[in-house]
Amino acid sequence: MGPLVAQDIIGSEWNFLIALLIGICFGFVLEQAGFSSSKKLAGVFYGYDFVVLRVFFTAAITAMVGLIFFDYLEIIDMSLVYINPTFLWSTLVGGVIMGVGFILGGFCPGTGVCAAAIGKIDAWFFIGGIFIGIFIFAEGYELLFESLHLGQTDPESYKEGSRYIQIFNSLGISRNIFAFGMIIMALVAFIVTARIEKGVKKPNY
Amino acid sequence: MERSKKYMNPYLAGFLLGLVLLSAFYFTGRGLGASGAIKSTIVQAVDVVAPEHAQESHFYGKYVNKDDSPIKAWLVFEVLGVFIGGMISGAIMGRFKWKIEHSPKITSKTRLVAATIGGILFGLGSQLGRGCTSGSALSGMAVLSLGGFLSMMAIFGTGYVMAYIFRKLWI
Repeated sequence: MGPLVAQDIIGSEWNFLIALLIGICFGFVLEQAGFSSSKKLAGVFYGYDFVVLRVFFTAAITAMVGLIFFDYLEIIDMSLVYINPTFLWSTLVGGVIMGVGFILGGFCPGTGVCAAAIGKIDAWFFIGGIFIGIFIFAEGYELLFESLHLGQTDPESYKEGSRYIQIFNSLGISRNIFAFGMIIMALVAFIVTARIEKGVKKPNY
Repeated sequence: MERSKKYMNPYLAGFLLGLVLLSAFYFTGRGLGASGAIKSTIVQAVDVVAPEHAQESHFYGKYVNKDDSPIKAWLVFEVLGVFIGGMISGAIMGRFKWKIEHSPKITSKTRLVAATIGGILFGLGSQLGRGCTSGSALSGMAVLSLGGFLSMMAIFGTGYVMAYIFRKLWI
């Protein structure tokens, strides 16, 4: 039963080979989808190309449904799967900063690496920027970012273990109902965005 | 030319990406990542150049002298893989070319400046938000983490809000 590496079912010497192989598949699919082009990625914000929305939601739903099935069939032990913790303000502020970075840079880190791999010089500059940005965060951590990062601005909500919140719990519905609703929402989004795309002129460059 | 524009059907690509993400969970219990690899590289570099500084820092201090170094190196290998995988796909499709892709309304220099600033913001934001589009939004949504959904909405919501201001960069 998975996750295999987390339980030492697969030795750590294989760990890095698996990492490399998963990464190769990840990069290959991103490039195949056209995520190596900032023009294509930015299309989602201007309505001329919704490939980001299609790939992103299809991937999230595939993995979500897969994990639900793996859990049901006892192929994976969900208690060992990492659930991203929820720190409300640092997530929102961080997300807003990343959003501005996205519209300026035209990439996110993963797609930037993928674009750099096929010779996009702007992607190399974007990656250079990421190094600088993380370094600024690291050096300015205590002074500027620590209290926001650790969620000390909202001490009321700080309880050990309470960070691993899943969205269906917050909404007060079951996991499977939420998953079903998300699939319906994605399908509606696919249809609506396909209509929008038809009416928006694609920039030619 | 026609060949170089040919991209995979986005739903098929999304499905395959979902399987890659699922296999990452199956093997390691964690999803995919990208910004984390750059963070690990910086932490390692600072630890080598200025070990005392790394020890004292609340940021680097969280990562140095820990036994969990395999998971950090895991991401570095994964991102190395992303680079190789992108290259293989680009080579097969005949898309490898050194170029600065930008709208005719801006110069190459403007594009490079915007890309660098964008990278800086993405790097900073990814640390504050505990992961980028891959590690926080995509992987977080797959495990139905509230944080993952918030992250996705904040990133893309801001992109839409800012799109008008920066439209000259793209359209």
